[in-house]
Amino acid sequence: MFKKKRNLISASLLLLFTVATITASWWLPVLPSEMDSAKRLIGPSADHWFGTDHFGRDILAQTVVAARVSLVVGLSVALISTVLGTITGLIAGYYKRADFVIMRIIDGMLAFPSLLLALALVAALGGSVTNIIIALSFSFWPVMTRIVRSAVLQINSIQYVEAAKTSGIGDLVILFRYVLPNVLSPIIVQGTFIFAKAILAEAALSFLGVGVEPSTPTWGNMLQEAQIYISIAPWFSIFPGIAIVITVLTLNILGDGLRDSFDPHAKGKVNRKKGRLKKQINVA
Amino acid sequence: MSEALLEIRDLNMHFPIKGGVFQKTKKHVKAVNGVNLSVNKGETLGIVGESGCGKSTLARTIVGLQKPTSGDILFEGESILHYSHKEMHQLRRNIQMVYQDPYTSLNPRMKAGDIIGAPLKAYRMTNNLERRVKELMDLVGLKADDYHKLPHQFSGGQRQRIGIARAIALNPKLLILDEPVSALDVSVQAQVINLLEDLQKELNLTYVFIAHDLSVIKHTADKVGVMYLGKVMEISDSESFYNNARHPYTNALLSAIPLPDPEKERMRERIVLSGELPSPANPPTGCVFHTRCPFAQENCKTNTPLLEAKDANDGHLVSCFYPLNTEKKQLIPE
Repeated sequence: MFKKKRNLISASLLLLFTVATITASWWLPVLPSEMDSAKRLIGPSADHWFGTDHFGRDILAQTVVAARVSLVVGLSVALISTVLGTITGLIAGYYKRADFVIMRIIDGMLAFPSLLLALALVAALGGSVTNIIIALSFSFWPVMTRIVRSAVLQINSIQYVEAAKTSGIGDLVILFRYVLPNVLSPIIVQGTFIFAKAILAEAALSFLGVGVEPSTPTWGNMLQEAQIYISIAPWFSIFPGIAIVITVLTLNILGDGLRDSFDPHAKGKVNRKKGRLKKQINVA
Repeated sequence: MSEALLEIRDLNMHFPIKGGVFQKTKKHVKAVNGVNLSVNKGETLGIVGESGCGKSTLARTIVGLQKPTSGDILFEGESILHYSHKEMHQLRRNIQMVYQDPYTSLNPRMKAGDIIGAPLKAYRMTNNLERRVKELMDLVGLKADDYHKLPHQFSGGQRQRIGIARAIALNPKLLILDEPVSALDVSVQAQVINLLEDLQKELNLTYVFIAHDLSVIKHTADKVGVMYLGKVMEISDSESFYNNARHPYTNALLSAIPLPDPEKERMRERIVLSGELPSPANPPTGCVFHTRCPFAQENCKTNTPLLEAKDANDGHLVSCFYPLNTEKKQLIPE
């Protein structure tokens, strides 16, 4: 899984972000909420690497601390929708009768664009980290259900599942010992992508003003506050923007890499060209 | 005559083909069509036929993976088709199956010992589980330290041994062997067949041995049945089957077995069937074999022959209007 350089780099980068934001209060020179009215909207300098905002707060400190919300939301949404999606997907894929009911509900939910669905839910529930997690989990789990279901259908037709049935093994044992371990790789890959999507969605919701309350530093909130100053203080929006891009990109690269290392066919495709080149070099 | 352990009466298994906007049933694939069979205790019934003739569907129906469209299956004289969920669970201890492909029939994420022990756990026979599993592994010729290995660390033959150990773990009375050796090398085939024969003697097992290779069955079966398009074409005890086959289809199959003696091999008369296996969704009228039969007459196109004894020889049943007389290889009438 981590044999590939790409996977190792993206995973360790992610770990670094997490550790950095958790330990932020120990190593950051200033508090993110510390205001300095004399130093408002100052560009990047030796004192403030990322510059300051309209209240004179340090943008580096804010960006680092804001990662907490993003990572918490992303991880929770990824976990909740993965667990929900896996359970419903296993049931839908394994029991034909439940399949029809579950899949019609899922189809209905998939008909809404996920951000719009989350927007409506947050508007109804009120903006807080918990509510955002609930809303985003709700809008992302149908995708997971679909993926798990199709993987289960594939595994179901393989003989060891049938063999388990003829050996008198119960459905629950078959589901958790025979089916689930063999559909784990698409689940992990999709979970990583949901992680990335949830971070983006949380930023979008905060930017639209229906996310986490404005006093909490999040990347979306920062961008929203920064938009009126974009022409005079571009660093105010650039740095949180870059933070989002790097985090999401890291997660996507990790997801891609994991997919490649789980799927032997895709691996072949990627490496074939390299292999040939190497061989030619050796011959020469 | 000993008592029949398994009896199949007029079994039909038809699969609907759905199509169109409203998913209406258009046709049926008659995978198994009016099959009558019986196996006595301790015997081996061989079933041969081309791929797609309904052998595996028959096997799946016997182990209860599919409910047949009509007909009856009797195990130890009792009809098993109306069994409740619980009764079916108890029955499964007695009827076990060995699968064709040792690569897909073992869960790749479970250790060999766990695979073999899984049926025992399912029936809560967990006393001395590990010792029992090691006993079974010894019985099928696996080493005790293979217990913690994963399926991909075994060869095809060894994997099939795991599959056999799993099937005999519950001390079943009947084993359905669905082409147990056709995915293996010829040298390994012989080993696995010998193992199956030894186990049969040792554990007093009854086999339904499904294969598409007549020479594989020749050594093991007491009784052989030939299937074609879901129907039994000919069935008889092994000796009469190999020496006095009456059905043209059986003769064609038998003539395809290569002989080890090159001189005899050159002299061997071969009946090559023309055409392809017709679709079981749209089987020919009359005798299902008439489209490919070298001896077909007008009569065969309209009337369906019954599976019946042609001579005084009771046990040898043939479904043909013009069975061959093997001594002369000619049509009997005329």
